[in-house]
Amino acid sequence: MAQPKSQSRSMKEQFWDPVAGFGVTFRTMFKKVVTEQYPFEKQPTAPRFHGRHQLNRWPDGLEKCIGCELCAWACPADAIYVEGATNTDDADGEGRYSPGERYGRVYQINYLRCILCGLCIEACPTRALTMTNEYELADTTRADLIYEKSDLLAPLLPGMEQPPHPMRLGDDEGSYYRGEYGASAKEGDS
Amino acid sequence: MTTVPEKTDLVTLTIDGVQLSVPKDTLVIRAAEQVGVQVPRFCDHPLLAPVGACRQCLVDVPDAGNGRGFPKPQASCTLPVAEGMVVNTQATSPVADKAQQGIMEFLLINHPLDCPVCDKGGECPLQNQAMSNGRADSRFSARGGVKRTYPKPINISAQVLLDRERCVLCARCTRFSEQIAGDPFIALVERGALQQVGIYEREPFESYFSGNTIQICPVGALTSADYRFRSRPFDLVSTPSVAEHDACGSAIRIDHRRGKVMRRLAGNDPEVNEEWITDKDRFGFHYATEPDRLTYPQIREDGELRPASWPEAFAVAARGLSEAGGTGVLTGGRVTAEDAYAYSKFARVALGTNDIDFRSRPHSAEEAAFLAAEVVLRRTVTYADLESASTVVLAGLEPEDEAGMIFLRLRKAAGRAGSGGGTRVVSIAPYASRGLAKMHGQLVRTAPGDEAAALAALVAQGEFGIDKTAVILVGERLATVPGALSAAAGLAARTGARLAWVPRRAGDRGAVEAGCLPNLLPGGRPVADAGARVDVGADWGVDVPETPGRDADGIIAALGSGELGGVVVGGVDPDDTTDPAATRAALEAASFVVALELRETDVTRAADVVFPVAPVSDKAGTFVTWEGRPRPFEAVFSSPSSLPDLRILAGIAEELSALGVGRPLGFRTVAEARAEMEEMGPWDGERAVLGGSETALRPSSTTEEAGAGAPSSTTEGHFALATWKLMIDNGSLQDGDKAYRATGRAPVARLSPTAYDAHGPTVTLTGDRGSVTLPAEPAELDDDVVWVPANSFGNGVLADLASPGSRVTIAKGADQ
Ligand code: SF4
Ligand code: SF4
Ligand code: SF4
Ligand code: FES
Repeated sequence: MAQPKSQSRSMKEQFWDPVAGFGVTFRTMFKKVVTEQYPFEKQPTAPRFHGRHQLNRWPDGLEKCIGCELCAWACPADAIYVEGATNTDDADGEGRYSPGERYGRVYQINYLRCILCGLCIEACPTRALTMTNEYELADTTRADLIYEKSDLLAPLLPGMEQPPHPMRLGDDEGSYYRGEYGASAKEGDS
Repeated sequence: MTTVPEKTDLVTLTIDGVQLSVPKDTLVIRAAEQVGVQVPRFCDHPLLAPVGACRQCLVDVPDAGNGRGFPKPQASCTLPVAEGMVVNTQATSPVADKAQQGIMEFLLINHPLDCPVCDKGGECPLQNQAMSNGRADSRFSARGGVKRTYPKPINISAQVLLDRERCVLCARCTRFSEQIAGDPFIALVERGALQQVGIYEREPFESYFSGNTIQICPVGALTSADYRFRSRPFDLVSTPSVAEHDACGSAIRIDHRRGKVMRRLAGNDPEVNEEWITDKDRFGFHYATEPDRLTYPQIREDGELRPASWPEAFAVAARGLSEAGGTGVLTGGRVTAEDAYAYSKFARVALGTNDIDFRSRPHSAEEAAFLAAEVVLRRTVTYADLESASTVVLAGLEPEDEAGMIFLRLRKAAGRAGSGGGTRVVSIAPYASRGLAKMHGQLVRTAPGDEAAALAALVAQGEFGIDKTAVILVGERLATVPGALSAAAGLAARTGARLAWVPRRAGDRGAVEAGCLPNLLPGGRPVADAGARVDVGADWGVDVPETPGRDADGIIAALGSGELGGVVVGGVDPDDTTDPAATRAALEAASFVVALELRETDVTRAADVVFPVAPVSDKAGTFVTWEGRPRPFEAVFSSPSSLPDLRILAGIAEELSALGVGRPLGFRTVAEARAEMEEMGPWDGERAVLGGSETALRPSSTTEEAGAGAPSSTTEGHFALATWKLMIDNGSLQDGDKAYRATGRAPVARLSPTAYDAHGPTVTLTGDRGSVTLPAEPAELDDDVVWVPANSFGNGVLADLASPGSRVTIAKGADQ
């Protein structure tokens, strides 16, 4: 479109406009930078961001998960695998991982499949499964991205004891579920 | 059940405005199904008598057929149709809908919120129907009601657990136990909200069919110790299959997850097992995952077995067999028909011998002749025939222990006696067992060894009415009684009654059809018949050896004496054989032993080459029921390292032919073997005749002697030994489930009251192979007969007590 009009370009167009762009550059040099220095500096997420899962504990350290597989059922990506097993009340207390009859013996989430939709969280009847804000889910092998129960369990807070051990907060699972274990004990949820 | 009800007596009624005609006596709940309305239900079960216990199936009946309606909603599962009846279900009637919602609310008042931990969750009629026919909210808990609770679970047997909170009191379990299995050891006790399923304190819920109550319980109140908390219905994959524990061919459903069987359920096959299976079929699947399962081929080198590759093992086996001289083949009774065909062909084509026998138990030449003459290719009796027969004679057969589905059919058939026209069950047995009582049967008390005479005498006894409508079922145990099988055949021939042979093991009948016998070729072709030999030989491209071979005892004896050098052994347990010690010695003496086994056994420990074979879950195959009905099934898992017997035999045969011995089998897969069997087809020429071919058989050493050597007259202090295997015993296919084993019956010795008084509550039996001390129980036996279970203690009767047909002495077992 080499038109005669090009000759009629104004002074502004010919001289100011080409340098005006640098003005933007110049101004920006004095502004606060928005670049995130990730991974050197980690940024907090929105409070309800869907991050890595966590399997919560009761205040005495027993697991909340009952191995019901409802999370696995709800998962649209088929990322969760659970196997239940029976708790027993042996004399040595070696048979109890959760209050009640059943616990999750095997619990795996495959983060290669998980789409972090949170449907499992909604399905969980015991609030055993919640999500943290942890989003650094990358690794170098596929196998390492299948998180086992030990990787997913919440850390032991003060007063918690690594299962298996007998129920410390009540005689039966009902007192756990109804929260009858005293006001002093805090919820293990994060 | 299987026959379509006659359409002559039709009743026309209107359901939800749709007019339909159904046979008289149809229940409204089932008539409604025909117009596509599913009335919610818990207690209703098509195979149990209606009871109307749960009230969930209420419908509105504005016109009962007489112009007047019922003032209140009626339970449709107990209401037979009537001409002109008008029924409105929940689909059209707000009254019915409200009534059903009300019942559902009642049921849920005391129902726990257990779904997440309940084994039924995901396949629970209560969950489903609470969704479809219940209210979303509970008024009870909203107003602070407190649910009735019970400690849970409680054991009603070692295997069956009861969670009383979850029970909806439908009485399906108690009705099943009473009406179908005949073990009424559970009942509804107490009243009102405390009503619950109870057991008798002193009588445990000991039933061979208890697992069915778990399956039909419409809620998760009954669970099995075996499956409890193991998985969820939605992560199970279901594959239909056929039970491998007896010759009944029950349809089962195998539920598995990630390559492991989680549970087995009864399939629904009205012509065979209806909807029931035995506990053995339900819980006996752990054997395949026991730690001693063989997973790789092994060969013996410098006296030690060492792992080998498949090609190496094939080559070593072929070399060994080609150098061993004469070789016999013992297949065991657990093989599928296709595998049996491969064994049969392998013996004739690769080894060039008729020395093959599937019978790894006491047997006789007479039995082989009987099988060739009266059993192979015959399909004269079916399960349905048991129901229509006027009389069923049982000889050498205890159906409750040895063929559970025959027991349930006979019980069903005999139970109709009250309303006229039931089947009369006549058992030729040493005493009236509990199973016989449950079949309302009559006993022809017969000491072991006298069965032949008893059978022959039956025809004269008019009271039993043995005629064309009668059925004679002979068990495999009759083989040990000289003349008994011939007597049964004679009785059938004289009276026109139909005869069927009921083996114990799933593969037995298939092995007969496939020719795993010294006197039979596949398809019922007699070895003695030149035409039959040519027929088979033309298909196989070899000359089939013309002399009938040795039977299992003969093979064992020939191995011992050095006449035979090699032996190919399938799933044979030496303790099942006629003479366990001789079998072990023969395996030692044999110059070359090839074992095809699932798990480590005495045979594999003595073998020179061991091949691991696929369990039935890993291969396709066919079992042939005692009726002669083929029951094909497909593989549940595909595991490339788990090969069926026929693939292994094909591998050995190929190596053998490379060495210039025999020919290859010409198939490598189950499908190819099936095709070849189909192509060959059954024999259409002359059948072998009983009596004629007996002499053609080489005498088998041990049984003949045992038969002849058994003293027939009573020796003072000597007792004839009656024995059979209980359903739940020490059999190796039942390994791996402790709760299941615990539901078995404790071993006892049964004596006549006189002998019991003389010898006390604990007796020591001593026979020619050892002695055993057991608790004793009095029973109506002859004074010189004692009964013991065959495989419930030690290594079993044959190994630890006495040889077949021999007698034992009894002493007081003082110290126990
Ligand atoms: S995390 Fe929750 S939903 Fe998943 S198995 Fe455990 S209890 Fe059930
Ligand atoms: S029986 Fe059914 S409704 Fe009751 S707890 Fe079990 S799954 Fe839930
Ligand atoms: S235990 Fe199950 S089958 Fe038996 S009465 Fe209760 S709900 Fe019915
Ligand atoms: S189904 Fe009719 S009363 Fe239970």
